[in-house]
Amino acid sequence: MGIDPRSNEIYCVAGLFNTPDEIMIAADKVSSEYSDFDVHTPYPVHGLDDAMKLKPTKLGYFSFTFGLIGTISALLMIGWMSGIDYQSIVGGKPFFTIPPAIPITFELTVLLSGLTTVGVMLFLLNKLPWTNNPLMDTEYMKRVSSDKFGVIIRASDPKFNKEEAINFLKSAGSYDVSIIDKFERREDNTRAPIFEKKFLGILVMTAIVVALGTYVTLNWVLFQPPFDFMWSQEKVTPQQPSTFFSDGFSERIPPEGTVMRGVLPYEYKGLPDSVVKYLSNPLPFSKEVLEKGQNRFNTFCSPCHGYYGEGDSRLRGQFPNPPTLQSEKVRNWSDGNIYHVITNGQNVMPSYASQVSREDRWAIIHYIRVLQRSKNATDQDVGATDSTSTTVQTQDTTKQIQADTTKK
Amino acid sequence: MAFGISVVALLIGAVSLWLTVYYGIGMWGNNSTIGWGFGIINFVFWIGIGHAGTLISAILYLFRQKWRTGIARFAEAMTIFAVMTAGLFPIFHTGRPWLAGYLIPYPNQNSLWVNFNSPLLWDVFAVSTYFTISLVFWGIGLVPDIAAMRERAKSGIKKFFYTIGSLGWKNSNRNWQNYERAYLILAGLSTPLVLSVHSIVSFDFAVSILPGWHTTIFPPYFVAGAIFSGFGMVATVLILLRKAFHVEHIITINHLETMNKILLATGTMVGYAYGMELFIAWYSGNQFEQFAFINRIWGPYMWAYWIMVSCNVGFPQLFWFKKVRRSIPIMLVIVILVNVGMWFERFVIIVTSLHRDFLPSSWAMFYPTLVDFGLLLGSFGFFFTLLLLFLRVLPAVSIAELKAVTPQAQPTIHLNGHNGHAEEVHLNHENA
Repeated sequence: MGIDPRSNEIYCVAGLFNTPDEIMIAADKVSSEYSDFDVHTPYPVHGLDDAMKLKPTKLGYFSFTFGLIGTISALLMIGWMSGIDYQSIVGGKPFFTIPPAIPITFELTVLLSGLTTVGVMLFLLNKLPWTNNPLMDTEYMKRVSSDKFGVIIRASDPKFNKEEAINFLKSAGSYDVSIIDKFERREDNTRAPIFEKKFLGILVMTAIVVALGTYVTLNWVLFQPPFDFMWSQEKVTPQQPSTFFSDGFSERIPPEGTVMRGVLPYEYKGLPDSVVKYLSNPLPFSKEVLEKGQNRFNTFCSPCHGYYGEGDSRLRGQFPNPPTLQSEKVRNWSDGNIYHVITNGQNVMPSYASQVSREDRWAIIHYIRVLQRSKNATDQDVGATDSTSTTVQTQDTTKQIQADTTKK
Repeated sequence: MAFGISVVALLIGAVSLWLTVYYGIGMWGNNSTIGWGFGIINFVFWIGIGHAGTLISAILYLFRQKWRTGIARFAEAMTIFAVMTAGLFPIFHTGRPWLAGYLIPYPNQNSLWVNFNSPLLWDVFAVSTYFTISLVFWGIGLVPDIAAMRERAKSGIKKFFYTIGSLGWKNSNRNWQNYERAYLILAGLSTPLVLSVHSIVSFDFAVSILPGWHTTIFPPYFVAGAIFSGFGMVATVLILLRKAFHVEHIITINHLETMNKILLATGTMVGYAYGMELFIAWYSGNQFEQFAFINRIWGPYMWAYWIMVSCNVGFPQLFWFKKVRRSIPIMLVIVILVNVGMWFERFVIIVTSLHRDFLPSSWAMFYPTLVDFGLLLGSFGFFFTLLLLFLRVLPAVSIAELKAVTPQAQPTIHLNGHNGHAEEVHLNHENA
C-alpha cells in the first residue's frame, strides 16, 4: 500500500496560492482561458463557484423527486398492505386512513430523499469513489487539504501546453507551480477503480460472509437453545396427554349451563308437540332467504324427501320410504313442529342440528312452505279469478320450480 | 482508564443481556401491571440523548450558528451511539430479539403484514430512519476530514483505511459545490426529522387511554425534554473532554455558556409542561387523571417525582446567573443532575402511570432487579466505549468546517454575478 510509482506521462500542471482572495482571481482567470481545470481548497470557499463559472448544482431536483417517490410509495405500501392485502380490525377503525399513515410516510420521504441526496452527490455528481486519483500523495494535495489553495490545468485540455500552462499559473500569482504525472500502475488511471480486482474481491468476500452468516443463523443458530424454545416449550399436542392438569386432559369440561359463543341452545328437547308449535319463524319471507332455503333443502333434505318433498327420492328403496311433506298432516303442522323434527330427528331421520345451522333450518322451512303451496295452490295464491287459467298458471309455476331445481 | 471503566460497564451489561436472552424477560422487574419498566425508560432516555447531535448539527447549521462547528461532529457521533444504545432496548424487550426481522414489512413466509396503526411500528420506522440519516449526515461530514488525514497518514494500514473512508475525496471545488448543497439539503431534511422522532416516541404513550399518558402536550413536551437531556449529555461529555484533551481553545467557555442558555430555556419549557399537566388534570375534571397526578406527587413514587422536578426545573434555573453559566465545576454538577433528572422523568411517566390505573385491584409496585440495573449500567458502558473509540480513531472536531469559520477564511472580494471576468472583479481596498 505504499505510494505507487509514477509514469512520465503528465496529468496536470498545478499551482498553489496563499489566500482565498488570490484563488478567487486565479480561478476567474483560468476559467476564461481553459476548460479542463479544477480548483482545490481545504474548505468550501464562497464565491468560487461564480469565479469558476460553474452552473448551479442539480442536486435539489434529485432530492425533491426521490422525496416525492418516497411519499407516494409509502402511501401505496401502507394502503395496499393494511387496506387491501391484510385487513385486520383494530379497535373498529377503518383499514386505511391517512392520519395514522403520516408518521411512516414522513419517515420514508426523509429517508429516500436523504439517501438519494448523498448518493447522487458522492457517486453521480462527484464521481467518487476515486481512490487512485493522480493528485493523491502529492505535495500539492497535502497543501490544499491543509491551508493552501490550488488550481490545476489538466493535460487533457485542448489548449494545453506545458510551458504555457506553467507561465500562465505563474502570471496568475501562484507561488509554487508543479507538474503532476499519472500513476504507472494502470493504463487508464484516471477512472474510478470500481472494477478493480481488489475492490471486487472485497465485495465478493462480503457477500460470502453475509450469505454464510445468514444461512448459519437461519439453519443452525435459531435451532439452538435458547432460540429453540418454541419447539421445546410445554404445549398441548393432539392425541397426547397434557401434564398441565392432573387428569391428563388439556381442555376443561365447561361448567353446567355454559353456552358457547354464537350458539342458542334448543330449549324444547323432550317437550310435547303442543309446546313446539308456538315456535315461530324468525326469518323474513324474502327472496334471499328462499334461495338459501332451497340450497340447503336440496343439499340436506332432497336425498330422501326429493326435490319437491314428495318422498320420492333417489335413495328410495335403500331406506324405509320417508313420508311426503305434501301431506295434509305436514301442511297443517306449525313451523315450530317442522323445526323440531329437523333439530331432533324423527323415526329413522337423524338430527340435523350439527349439519344445518339454526338460521338455515328456518330458511328450509320457508322453502318447504313454498313447495307445499306450489302443489296445492289456490286461486288466491296466483291472484286470478278465472279457474282455467289458474290451473295453467299453477302448472307453469310448478314447471318453473322443477326447471330451477334440476338446474341445480 | 476511562476506557477501562466503560468496558467493564459494557461487560456487566453484556452479562445482563445474556441472562435476559437466555431466561427471558422474567429476569426484569416488569410485572403484569407494570409491563413497561427499565426497558422502555432506557429507550426513551437514550433516544432523547440522541437528539442533541442532529439538532446541533442541522438546526444550528440552518440558522448559520457558527459556534456549532466546535461541537457538531462530536455531538453527531454521540447521536449515533445514543440511538444505537436506545435501539437495543425495544428489541430485547420483545423477549425474542432474534425475531426482530418481523418488525420490518417484507413479504415473509406467513404472508403477514405489520400493523401500520400502531405507534410502536412508527417507532421502528422513525428510529431506523433517524439512525440512518444521522449516520449519513455524520459520514459525509467526515469525508473531507478523512481525506486530510489520508494525506498525512504515515503507516500503510492507516493510509489504506483512510483512503477507503475518504472515498478518494480530493478537495475539488466542483465537489465542494455539490457537497455543500447536499449538506444543506440533509440539514433541512433532518431538522423536521429530529422533531418527528421524539413526537412519535411520545405517541407510544399519548395514543393510549391511560391517565397521565393520554395528553396532547406529549409531543412538544417530549421534544423539549429530549433536547434538554441531549444538551445535558453533550455538555457533560464536552466538559470532561476538553479537560482531558486540552482543547480549551477549540471548545471554549463561550460554547459552554451558549449551551447552558439552551439548557436553561429547554429546562424551563419542561417545567412548563409539568405545570401544564397538573393544570389540565385539574381543569379536565377527570377524576382518574387527577388521581394519577396526585399519586405522582404524593404517592409511593413521590421521591422520583421530586428528584425529577428539582433536577430538571430547579437546578437549571441557576443558569440565570452569568457566574454560574461560566463556572466549569458548577456547570458540571448541574448538567449531570440534568441527566439524572431526565432519566427520572421517564421513570416517573412510565412507572407511576402504570402502577395505579383505573382498577385498584390491579395496582402493583415496580421493583427493578439486578439485571435491570446491569442493563442500565451496560447501556452507559456501550455508549461510552463507542464514544471513546471514536475519539481515538476519527477527528472529533470537524477540521474543514473549523477552517472555514476562522477569520480571514473567506475571500473579501466578490465577483459580479455569474459572468464575472477579471476586469469586472471588484477588489476591496487591500487588494486594489
